[in-house]
Amino acid sequence: MNKLFLAAAITGAMAIPAFAADYTIMAPAAPGGGWDQTARAMQNALQTEGISGNVQVTNVPGAGGTIGLAQFVNQSTGNPNALIVGGYVMVGAILTNGSPVSLANVTPIARLTGESDVIVVPANSELQTVDDLVAMLKADPGSVSWAGGSAGGVDHIAAGLFAKTVGVDPTTVNYIAYSGGGEALAAVLGGQVTVGISGLGEFDAQIQSGDLRALASTGAERLEGSEIPTLSESGVDLVVENWRMVAAAPDLTDEQKATINADIEKLVTSATWQQVLETNGWVDTYLAGEAFETQLASDIAATETILKDIGLVQ
Amino acid sequence: MDTFGLLADGLLAAIQVQNLLYALLGVTLGTAVGVLPGIGPALTVALLLPVTYRLDPTGSLIMFAGIYYGGMYGGSTTSILLNTPGESASIVTALEGNKMARKGRGGPALATAAIGSFIAGLIATFALAFVAPWVVKAALAFGPADYFALMVLAFVTVSAAFGDSALRGITALFIGLGLGIIGIDLQTGQARLSFGIPDLLDGIEVTTLAVALFAIGETLAIASSTSSLKEEVLAVKGSVWMTAQDWKRSWPAWLRGTFIGFPIGAMPAGGAEIGTFFSYAAERKLSKHPEEFGEGAIEGVAGPEAANNASAAGTLVPLLTLGLPTSATAAIMLAGFQQFGLQPGPLLFTNNAPLVWSLVASLLVANLMLLVLNLPLIGLWVKLLTIPKPWLYAGILTFATLGTLGANGAMSGRLGPIPFSFELLILLAFGILGFILRRFGYPIAPVVIGLILGPLSEQQLRRALAISQGDPLVLVSSPIAITLYIIAAIALLVPLYFRLRGKGALLQQMASDED
Repeated sequence: MNKLFLAAAITGAMAIPAFAADYTIMAPAAPGGGWDQTARAMQNALQTEGISGNVQVTNVPGAGGTIGLAQFVNQSTGNPNALIVGGYVMVGAILTNGSPVSLANVTPIARLTGESDVIVVPANSELQTVDDLVAMLKADPGSVSWAGGSAGGVDHIAAGLFAKTVGVDPTTVNYIAYSGGGEALAAVLGGQVTVGISGLGEFDAQIQSGDLRALASTGAERLEGSEIPTLSESGVDLVVENWRMVAAAPDLTDEQKATINADIEKLVTSATWQQVLETNGWVDTYLAGEAFETQLASDIAATETILKDIGLVQ
Repeated sequence: MDTFGLLADGLLAAIQVQNLLYALLGVTLGTAVGVLPGIGPALTVALLLPVTYRLDPTGSLIMFAGIYYGGMYGGSTTSILLNTPGESASIVTALEGNKMARKGRGGPALATAAIGSFIAGLIATFALAFVAPWVVKAALAFGPADYFALMVLAFVTVSAAFGDSALRGITALFIGLGLGIIGIDLQTGQARLSFGIPDLLDGIEVTTLAVALFAIGETLAIASSTSSLKEEVLAVKGSVWMTAQDWKRSWPAWLRGTFIGFPIGAMPAGGAEIGTFFSYAAERKLSKHPEEFGEGAIEGVAGPEAANNASAAGTLVPLLTLGLPTSATAAIMLAGFQQFGLQPGPLLFTNNAPLVWSLVASLLVANLMLLVLNLPLIGLWVKLLTIPKPWLYAGILTFATLGTLGANGAMSGRLGPIPFSFELLILLAFGILGFILRRFGYPIAPVVIGLILGPLSEQQLRRALAISQGDPLVLVSSPIAITLYIIAAIALLVPLYFRLRGKGALLQQMASDED
């Protein structure tokens, strides 16, 4: 029995830090995912750079981040020390789940990182270029099976927008949802599906080893030194970029907002953060203030349209 | 340098005093979180990740490996002694293990679990080092239709966990299948059976259901009957250690468990639980003592526990060779690897050979440390059973509640001024369900198995049909799927045939008796 108590004491001590945290960052996802990694990297950088003395990360997983978001709004209103990490997936999840709380209920602070999707095929696929894919899609939309992350997520949105842009009815897109880009990777490698569509990070190692061929990336520009063409270079006028952001609690004073903005700016310009970006292969797409709010509003509007087009949102 | 030279170098690094201490810390923490229901190795590694930013790669890898293997092993202890699985992969262990413990054979049950975990971990770690690239190729060949066939086989074999009545077993399985539908449908993003409650959108958590049905249900059942409180439990009958007979019956089960668990763990959509189901079914079919199953057969503990640990090593196959994490813990370990510049993927074994071999060495060291830590503790663990029942079950209730609260039970709702946790409400509701099932003699395990297999099989079936654009022939068009269906048919029909023939023989005998 002693050991049980010891175990409880150890886990208890790990779960409840002895000191009050300067910032509490909520990762509205299970440990291990992108938002959790972002939150923990922020924790590390904020502490290492001395921007904040003690930072605590909490995980509230569920329903594309909407459960965490709802809890954050309920419990943190007016709290200048509470932050939440989120991203593009949340925009879609709020719409498909009919979430009572939306991003309008929090105070967006800044976009931190971004990632383009890439469209890949197995090395032995007949499809060589985006044109081949477009031709196949136009001939028989159902014959192209797309493997990507969860339904209504950024991969699904990108597939739907691709079809729409090349003049194919987005409701006919044969999208096969996997619980993450990693599982989708296995399906593409095994030749179970026609194409894979997910973040570059999911496919990068296999593209480099030659097991997968990248047809195009959905970003606005090519990555530095990358041989993967963008969609617009390939004649499809479309840009879809996944992004991760940090937001603060609702009902803050302008002064409190300014403090958080300053702290986050210090964070993203710090050497530790730049190091984190490099080790994780994240692209710095820092955008704050009104510019970020404008971009957020346009993303939400575009997402709502395409989700209606695909038929996920009524 | 050749493979063995690299491995030897890795081992030399791993057995430095400092690294052995990391290994000890890792397995102790891992066992502790495995024992506590609800708190899993994923959360522990996530919490420790920032700490290890400052450690050297070898030390951190060793600690991760310790937590990972420790967590897989720790769940078995409470399964066996208290009928309370610490995590979902030890549910099957509770079936026979707890029966053994109640007969005073908790010691041998714990020993066979510990030694089986060690042997499985050892073989599987070597398999990881030497055959990973081939295993992963085979695993990738599994398409949705093949996974569906595998699930069909799993459904056929779970009947082994049904107990005496097939009707009651199937009823329990269907309760689990029904619960599995709750939540957001992965393929369409639409909510099903969530009744507008946001907390239900992600479905019923398997560990919450398992803890509720097993721990809470058991506690309620004990509390409701005065006779069971007076019933004496033998903590130890005979030796605490395994007898020669136990060894003889355990080792084939360990080996079979390992060979079932490792490849299933290596599959991108396999999972540790499924290997334990198959192993249990195989042991039951192959045992020379089938009458002991359901009453405390040692093979029923040895096999699934070996399968459980072998699949933990199996999970590392897609993680290292593809960079593909197939469990929450693996996803966090991936983040841990990346911070040391170790890039899992097809080029890993060529680019990062020394680090890979120190990881393999760490796994071996952690595995050995686990055995060293746990064998001497068995004598202490079985004393748990001598604690008076009211105290023991009060303790179980406390830990089950704390564990659920710690894992995913944040105070999500408010009832007037009082905050409450929805997850705890679920825990309580299913605890009452567990009590009712017990009261009317329904088996518990099929409910949990239904919750695990239901969503898996549904998603694979729908993926297969979507890719083929609705053509059902896709389900039987690959050699893998056909083979799996044939095995399922054999598993289903052969016992039926023998039963019929047995009856035939009996009829003949009766006929001849009339003469």
